[in-house]
Amino acid sequence: MKNKLITLILGTAAGFAIAGAASAGTLDDVRQHGFVQCGVSQGLMGFSVPDAQNNWTGMDVDFCRAIAAAVLGDSTKVKFTPLTAKERFTALQSGEIDVLSRNTTWTMSRDTSLGLKFAGIMYYDGQGFMVNSKKNPNVKAVNDLAGATICTQSGTTTELNIADYFKSQKLEYKLLTFEKNDEAIAAYQDGRCDSYSTDQSGLYAQRLKMQVPDENVVLPEIISKEPLGPVVRQGDDAWFNVVKWVYFALVNAEELGLNSKNVEEMKKTSTNPEVQRLLGVVAADGTAAGFGIGMGLEEGWAEAAIKQVGNYGEIFDRNVGKDSPLKIARGKNELWMNGGLQYAPPVR
Amino acid sequence: MSIAYVRETDAPLRAPPVETSGPVGWLRENLFPNIWSSLLTLLLGMFLAYIVWSVLDWAVLRAAWTGTDRAACAFEGAGACWPFVWEKFPQWIFGFYPIDERWRPVAVIVIGALGLAPMLMPNAPGKQLNALFLLVAYPVIAFYLLAGGVFGLEPVETTNWGGLLVTLVVAVTGIVISLPLGILLALGRRSELPAVRTVSIAFIELWRGVPLVTVLFMASVMLPLFLPNGLNLDKLMRAIVGLSLFASAYMAEAVRGGLQAVTKGQTEAGLALGLSRWQTTRKIVLPQALRISIPNIVGIFIGLFKDTTLVLVVSIYDFLGIINAGLQDSKWAAPQTANTGYFVAAIVYFIFCYGMSRYALFTERRLAESGRR
Repeated sequence: MKNKLITLILGTAAGFAIAGAASAGTLDDVRQHGFVQCGVSQGLMGFSVPDAQNNWTGMDVDFCRAIAAAVLGDSTKVKFTPLTAKERFTALQSGEIDVLSRNTTWTMSRDTSLGLKFAGIMYYDGQGFMVNSKKNPNVKAVNDLAGATICTQSGTTTELNIADYFKSQKLEYKLLTFEKNDEAIAAYQDGRCDSYSTDQSGLYAQRLKMQVPDENVVLPEIISKEPLGPVVRQGDDAWFNVVKWVYFALVNAEELGLNSKNVEEMKKTSTNPEVQRLLGVVAADGTAAGFGIGMGLEEGWAEAAIKQVGNYGEIFDRNVGKDSPLKIARGKNELWMNGGLQYAPPVR
Repeated sequence: MSIAYVRETDAPLRAPPVETSGPVGWLRENLFPNIWSSLLTLLLGMFLAYIVWSVLDWAVLRAAWTGTDRAACAFEGAGACWPFVWEKFPQWIFGFYPIDERWRPVAVIVIGALGLAPMLMPNAPGKQLNALFLLVAYPVIAFYLLAGGVFGLEPVETTNWGGLLVTLVVAVTGIVISLPLGILLALGRRSELPAVRTVSIAFIELWRGVPLVTVLFMASVMLPLFLPNGLNLDKLMRAIVGLSLFASAYMAEAVRGGLQAVTKGQTEAGLALGLSRWQTTRKIVLPQALRISIPNIVGIFIGLFKDTTLVLVVSIYDFLGIINAGLQDSKWAAPQTANTGYFVAAIVYFIFCYGMSRYALFTERRLAESGRR
C-alpha cells in the first residue's frame, strides 16, 4: 500500500517533470555538456565503489563509461552522481542524471508507472543461499536444505520468497529472521542457522567479510528474479536506443570474440560480416554499414566502447567475476550459447 | 635566658595520617569507604580493565599494520585492519576533491584555525577585527578557495567535496548561520509587534515540528521536481540551508530560555537610564541571556555537528558516508574492516565534540566569575 502510494506520487511528479524535460533530446544534451550524467549506487561492492584515487569502479560504473565511449568517444567523460535508493527515480525524472545505472530491479510497476524505461539487463540477480561447507558438507543444492534453519532479514521479500519456494517444493524449513542484515549474518556465523539467504550478489559480498570465506559456499540456484539494469526516461526514444544498444553491443562483442585487446586488430582483419557491421567497417564496395549513424552516433561507437571498457564478459570478470576478489560465477549471466541468459539481438 | 622546660623551636611537623590524606586517603574516601562501595569499585574496575584490554588487544596487538589489500587483514583472529585506514584516510578527509588540488581545503582549514585561535583566547587583542575577518572575509575566501573558478583555480563542484571537509563545511556554516538567526528569532518571539511575533513563532514551530531527515529529503528529492527543468540548485547548498534553518529554530528556543531568565528589572533599569530599547537589549539583556544559554547553545552545536551525518540520506558523502562507501571496496573486504572504519569515525567525532564541550565549559567558568560577588 505504502509502496503504491509512493509510486503514485512519483508517477504524478514524473508527469510534470517530463513535460519540462522532454524539451531537447538527451543525446543532444549529452553532446552539449560533453559528459554523460550517470546515477550510481552510493557504494555497492562490485557494482559501484570509489577507490582511493577517487575513481569510480564497478559494473554499473563501467556500463556508464561504455555509454560515454560510444557517444562521446571517451570513456572518462562521465559525471557520476551517487544516489540513495529513494532518490534514484526522481533524480532521473528531474533530469539530474541521463541514465540510472544503479542495481535497480526491473519490475512491471517501475517500468509502467514511473515514466521510466529499462534498457536491458546488465546482471541477472536473484535470491540465493549460502551454507558453511564444513558444517554441512552434503548440501550442494537448495533442495538439500530440507529441514534446515535459514537466517534472513525480516520484512523483506526474501522472507516471502523462501516461504513460497519451500512450500512449492514441499520442503520442511525453519526461518530465523532478524531486523538487520548484520545480525542475520552474525547468527549464521555463530552457527545458529544452517544457511543464510539474500540476493546472490550480496551473498558473495558478505562472504568476503567472513573469517574464512572459502568455507562458505554459495549454492548455484536462485529462487527469485532480480533483473538489474540501466534505466532511462520514458519518451526519449533516441537516447533509449543508444543506451539499449550499447548494452547489446557489449554482449554481442563477447559473443563475436571481440575484446578490448583485439578489437582494433579484428576491425582490420575480420571477414565476419557480423563483426564488420558492429564495428562499422566500410565494406569493399565503399558502402558503410551505417548502424551507428542511424542511431545518431559515430560509426565507431561500438569499437570505442569495446576498446575502452571491454566486452560484457570482461566487465563482469573485472568487477565481480573471476578477476575480482568477489569471484562470482557467471551463472545466469553467462552468454545464451553457454547456457546463460545474456542474449543480444543481431546487428543487421 | 633559656628555661629548660620551654621549647624554643617548633616540634617538627608530622605528616598527616596516611589513612586520610594523599593518594591512599583519596582512595579510601572515594573508592573504598565501605564494603559495598569497595565491592562495586572492584567490579567496575575489573569491567573497565576488561574493556580497555579488549580494545587494546583488538586495536594494537592483534591488528594488521601493513599490507596492500584484503589479504593483509583476512587472517583468522585478526584485529583492526589499519592498512585499510592508511590507504583510505586522505579520501576520508577530502572526499572526491581532486588529488592535485587538496592543498586548497588544507589552506582553508589552516586559515580558519589561525583566525579562530586568537578568537578563542580571551586576552588576545583585536577581537572586533578578528570577528570581522572570521564572519565576513573568511567565508568568502573559503568559498572561493574550495569552489575555485577564480584566479586560475580549477573549479571543483560541490559534488566532489566530501569526507571530513564536508562535515566541517556543513557544521561550521550551520553554526555560523544558526546562532545569529536563532537570536533574532528568539527576540522576535518575545517582540511586542504581533506580526513579528507570529512569524517567529510559526517559523520556530514549523521547523521544530519536522524531523531533520524529512527536511533534508524534501530539499533533495522533492524540490527538484518543483523547480523548472535545468535549474539545479546545488545539493550541498540545499542541505546546508535545510540544516541551518532547522538548527536556528532550536537555537531560538535555547536563547529564549536565557532571555526569560533575565529579570524584567534589568530591562526597566536600562530604560530608566535613558537607553533605547535596542541598546538595552544589546548591551544589558542579551549578554546576560547568552551567558545563561551557553550550555544549551553548545549542546545544539554538538548536536548539529553530529547531525551532519544525516546528509548521507541525500547522498552527500560526509565523513561517515565516505567511510561507509570505502567499506564496499572489495579490495579491502575483510571481517574487521568495517569495525576499524567505525572505530576511526568514533574517535574523530569524539575529538571534535569533546573539544567543543571543553571549550564551552572554560567559557562558562570565565563568564561566571563576573557574576560572583
